[in-house]
Order: sequence, then C-alpha cells, then structure tokens
Amino acid sequence: MNKSLNLQEVCILRDGAPLIEVDHTIHAGEVLSVMGPSGVGKSTLLSFITGTLPSAFKGMGRVLLDGSDITQKPPHARHVGILFQDDLLFPHMSVGANLAFGMHPGGSKSEKRAKIDASLRDVGLEGFADRDPATLSGGQKARVALMRMLLSNPRALLLDEAFSRLDADLRAQVRDLVFRTARERELPVLMVTHDAEDAKAAGGEIIELKDLRAC
Amino acid sequence: MLRFLPALTLLAMLGPVVAGLWGTLLPAFGHLPSAGLHGPSLDPFRNLFAWGGLADAARLSLTTGLVATALSLGIVALISASWSGTKAFRVLERLLSPLLSVPHAAAAFGLAFLIAPSGWVARLLSPALTGWERPPDFLILQDPLGLAMIAGLVVKEVPFLLLMTIAAIGQAQPRRSLLVAQSLGYGRVTGWLKTVFPRVYSQIRLPVYVVIAYSMSVVDVALILGPTTPPTLSVQIVKWMSDPDLSMRLTGAAAAILQLALVIGVLFFWWLGERFVAHFGSLWIMSGRRGQDDTPIRMFSLGLGSICALAVFLGIASLLVWSLAAFWSFPNVLPDEFTWRTWSKHGPDAFATFGETFLIAGIAVLLALILVLGCLEAEHRSGRPLSRRGLWMLYLPLLVPQTAFLPGLQTLLLSIGADVGRIPVIFAHLVFVLPYVFLSLGDPWRAWDARNAIVAGALGARPWAIFWRVRVPMLLRPILIATAVGIAVSVGQYLPTLLVGGGRVSTLTTEAVALASGGDRRAVGVYGLAQTLAALVPFTLAIVVPAVLWRNRRNLHE
Repeated sequence: MNKSLNLQEVCILRDGAPLIEVDHTIHAGEVLSVMGPSGVGKSTLLSFITGTLPSAFKGMGRVLLDGSDITQKPPHARHVGILFQDDLLFPHMSVGANLAFGMHPGGSKSEKRAKIDASLRDVGLEGFADRDPATLSGGQKARVALMRMLLSNPRALLLDEAFSRLDADLRAQVRDLVFRTARERELPVLMVTHDAEDAKAAGGEIIELKDLRAC
Repeated sequence: MLRFLPALTLLAMLGPVVAGLWGTLLPAFGHLPSAGLHGPSLDPFRNLFAWGGLADAARLSLTTGLVATALSLGIVALISASWSGTKAFRVLERLLSPLLSVPHAAAAFGLAFLIAPSGWVARLLSPALTGWERPPDFLILQDPLGLAMIAGLVVKEVPFLLLMTIAAIGQAQPRRSLLVAQSLGYGRVTGWLKTVFPRVYSQIRLPVYVVIAYSMSVVDVALILGPTTPPTLSVQIVKWMSDPDLSMRLTGAAAAILQLALVIGVLFFWWLGERFVAHFGSLWIMSGRRGQDDTPIRMFSLGLGSICALAVFLGIASLLVWSLAAFWSFPNVLPDEFTWRTWSKHGPDAFATFGETFLIAGIAVLLALILVLGCLEAEHRSGRPLSRRGLWMLYLPLLVPQTAFLPGLQTLLLSIGADVGRIPVIFAHLVFVLPYVFLSLGDPWRAWDARNAIVAGALGARPWAIFWRVRVPMLLRPILIATAVGIAVSVGQYLPTLLVGGGRVSTLTTEAVALASGGDRRAVGVYGLAQTLAALVPFTLAIVVPAVLWRNRRNLHE
C-alpha cells in the first residue's frame, strides 16, 4: 500500500446525522474528484483529512497515507498539502518568506535562498522572492501558493475548489500545472469541486455526493 | 495550560467584584471586626437615612444617570439615522474615535474651562454680546441640578456609544434595508429608525447599560462638574470611606449598597422603558408615516455631534492654553502673556507620575493581553465560541457600580492585613481593563480567516508556531489597538487607584482630580494634558507602528 491516500469507511456526522460517506483509495498520481452541490459538506471531508474538523462535526473511519494511519495525528504531522480557492499567501511575509515557511528547518540560509529562487524559476516567477504577495496577479499568486505547498514535501494533495476564483484562461493553465506537478511527484490528489470542467480535466474517478440530509 | 485561562480570566475579572461586594455587605450590616464592631445590625442604614442630604444625593444619582444616558443614546441614534453610510459620517467617526481614549476627568476639566463663567465661551462672547466686563456671578459649574455634570458625561458617552453603534451597524447590513425603505417613500431618518435601529439597539444594549451604571456612580466627573452640597451619592460614599473615623465606613458601606440597589432599579426601569418604546415604535411603524422632510433633523443632529466633538477638542486646547498662561484677564480670549512657569513648577512631578501611571497601566494591560489572547486561542482551538452568558460575564464588572464594590475591596484588603499599594491597584485596574481589551480584540480575532491556520498547519507549523508566526503578525494592528484601549482605560481609572491604593499610589488621574478643589487652573492644565497624552500617545503608536512595519505589505492596510 505504498504511495496512496486511503479513505477507509470515512463517515462524517453532524449532530449525529451522517453527512458524507466515502470509502476509496487514491493511488499515486491519480485524482479523485468529489462533486456535489454546495452545503453538502465537501470541504468538511477535507478538514477531516487535514485534522481540522470543526467541533460541530464528528468523523469516523480511518485515513491512511502511504499505508500509515494518520487519523489521530495532529495537523502539522500529517504531510497533507491543501490549496483553497483563495491563495491564502500570508500577507505579512514576502513571496520568498512564504515559500520558506513550509520548508523543513535546517540547511544554511544561502541553500534555502537558492532553493526558493530555483522553485520560483520553475513556475516562471524568477526574481519574485522579495516581492509583496499583494502586488502579484491572481495567476502568479496561485503559482506561489502551489509552490509553497510543494516545498513542504507533502505526500498527498487536497484541492478545495482551488480553481474557482480564476477566470477561464488562467484556470485551465493553473489546473494543468497542478495536475502535471502532482503526476510528476506521484502525489495522490483529492479534489472537491462543484465544477464539471475541473472534474473532467482531472481525468480521474468522480464521486457525486448526494445530500444525505434529504433522505 | 491554555484550558485553564478562561477560568483564570473570569477569576481576575469577577473575583475582585464578588469579594468587594462581600466586603461592602458585611460593614453595611454593622460587621467590621477590625474596628471592633460586630453585626448584624441595621444602625449603618439608620445613620444613612438620618443624613439630611440623602434624598438629594440619591435623586442626583438617578437623574444624572438617566438623563445623560438618554441624551447620549438619542444623539447617537439621530446622528446614525441621519448620516450613517455618508462621507460626513466617516468624518465624524474619525473625529470621535480619538475622543474615546480621552480620560473622563480630562474631558470634564476641559469642559469646565469652556463653560465656566470665566471660561472660553463667555470670553468669546464678551463683552461684545453680553456686555460683561467681569465674569458673571452664575453657578454654571457644580450646579445643584447636575446639568454641567450631565454635559460632561454626554460629551464622553456619545463617542463611546457611537463607536459601539458603528460596530453593530456593520453586522446589520443597513444599506439594503434603508434602500427598500427609501424606495417605499420613507425619509432617510425615519426609514433608518424604523428598519435598522431595532437591530442595532439589540446589539448595543449592554454598552447602553454600562453607560447607565457608569453615569449613575461616577466619582471623578462628579467631583469636577457635579454639585457639592450635597454631592452625588457616590462622591459622598467616597467621603465616608476616607473619613478617619472608622465607624463612618459603616455608613459608607450602607450607602454603597443603596447605590447598587439604585443602579439595579434604574436598569430595570430602563428595561421596562425599552418595552414601552418598542410598543410605541411598532405603532409608529404601523402608522406608515414617511417622514420625508427630515433635513432640519439631519442638520440638528450634525450640530449636536459637532458640539460634542468640539467640546472635547476645545476643552483639551483650553487645558493647553491654561498650562501656558501667565496673567489672563477677562474677557481676553487669549492670555495676556505666555510662560513656561507652570510647566517648570509642575512638570517634574507630572513626569514622575507619568512613570507610575504607565507602570500600572503597562503591567495591567500585559496581564490582560496574556489572558485575552489565551482565551481567544483556546476558543479557536476548541472551536467553542463565547456564549451569550459569557458576554454578560464580560460586561458584569462594568455594570456593577464602582462605588459598590471598591470600598468593600479596600476594607477587605485592610482587614486581612494585605498591603494596599501598587500591586492591588494593578489587579483592581485589571478588572476594568480586561473586559475592554476582550471586547476590542474579540471581533477582529474571530473575523480572521481560519483557513490561514489550516494552510499553515498543512505546511507543518505547530499550533503555537501558527499563533506567533501567522496569526499575531496578521492581527498586529487590532492587538496594538486593544493594547491602547487597555492603557487608556487604566490611565483614566480614578476610584480603583484612590481606594485600593489607600491614598499611597498616585497616577495622573488621581493627581489631576485632587487639584479640582484647589482651583489652580494652570496646574490642572498641566495634569489634564499629561493625562490626555498618556491615553492618546499609545493610540497614535497603535496606528503608526503597523503602518511603518507593514509599509511594503499592501494587504495589511485597510
């Protein structure tokens, strides 16, 4: 069971009533798209995986990452990267400091700096390290957010409506970049979206969540 | 550790209040072992009711509290109804928010310097309009009806209630309601009062109650602007508590219980009034009156708001002018000559007192910040926000009149042999600093996008790293503002310093108020101004520091 994100009989309850049920294995480089109307609790599923489930909810089942159970681990020890629809770059840090935030401690300052510069070059943002994130365009911010997440060496990738704020052109571009990178790094990807385009572009399996409360 | 902070915060906030009430209750019923008196007995109350000034003192407490609150709320409601959402309103908001931090005593002195028979207003009008060559012989300050005192309270409570209203308006989404009302033919003022005000009032209700309790029992403003024979009930309580004759403390304690009962009674009366206004308000709404000709009301409210702001601004200016005045003959608008003499005489003492004031304020605010940030972080991690009951708890120390529990706290400290002095004073200040820091920081703290914490956690940051490296820097501005609010609250405290300090701790406020009876306007100018600066400088820093620190970070500026 190496290199996979495995959701074993995951069930999320609100006030004792089941909200979502998922039982699925996502293999390395694959994308699982979870679709459904808003309010159905798609994001709640992701917060269960990152370990930040709001106290109004209760999660059951297990989450295995590369074969090891992370269900009880604190958020910072899970090695699960997440991207939201907003870039959420920390506004008080420069672009470079944002990237450094997720990097593992250790290594000299110049090594770190070289790594930051190189990764900015990879996404076509050479020389942006000292910039204020607020001065970047939407697409540039999205690329920095992706790179920041990748530099923390995640073992799985979660996308929470990650492309819905970008306009059509940019959207396809950023989406391709994210999926290509995930394949290259052999990361299992779990994407929640309400947009059929996203799910189609992902090319993987699609789960349609129904509103269980309606039953 | 974090789990215990909410309980510790409650203890720091309510412990002294409960202990103080207990320490008031015992001597009120004749039990004061340290003076060799053992109760229970009703003698303290008999002595209290035998005091000839009681009826007047109690009446003053009622009228000043009710009239000052009703006027302040009325002005705030009219201003908001007339102008909220306009440019004029934002200007007014900018003008009034620094006024919030001006200590009550400094504002009261400033007002006194304006409206006294020999004050700036009379000088401006004389002799051209009034024909006065000498200051007229009117009793304007310390008038027996307490009108000057009411004015002094109103100019300070209007900024407070207005800022609370602005915060409440933000949650009420007034624009759409007003738009609908206006499209149905309602005038702006009528439309706002009928559609927005009911929602806003339910949000500012607790602050209004605070204004009632405060206005009924304030001591420093009453000493400066209030009547003297008899004084207000709270001033008389402090007199009794400072009497060398220990048995007078019993009468003082009984009066403190009476003061508490009066405040509770008035709060209940106000609560009934709310029902009454709600009833007639709904009749008014049902009547369908459109109130289209509201230009006079709008102008009137703008005038009232400007008078409040001007009264404080000009008052502070008059403090400055008096502190620099040499001889100043009536009716000249400016002193005949300026001099540094008053500053060189009182400056060094004032500066030393500055140090003591900031030491007390600094430690109290630091403790408050630790407790409040700890509580908010605990709230964030547990995901359980403050309940409605918790909010009442926060307001409780502000609703119990200071004169009801501080005398008891002093008596209690003395009777257990604890030393009065700086440390108890700091904890007494903490009682009042904590709620304001909490109220100031709570909303921006909770409004922070918690997804930042999820992202930081996913990037491998531990909870405390998220707190220090992400949340605190992003919320630096509100944290510094809350710090400034806390400092202003501490600097402005009169009674806790006086009573719990046992007369041995002096801050700028106690020194300034002590000068009130002396009539040395130049010295009052120095201390009043120093007091104002002590409260205003932290505010300025709270705005300047983040602006400089984050000058290259655009998203952290509003």
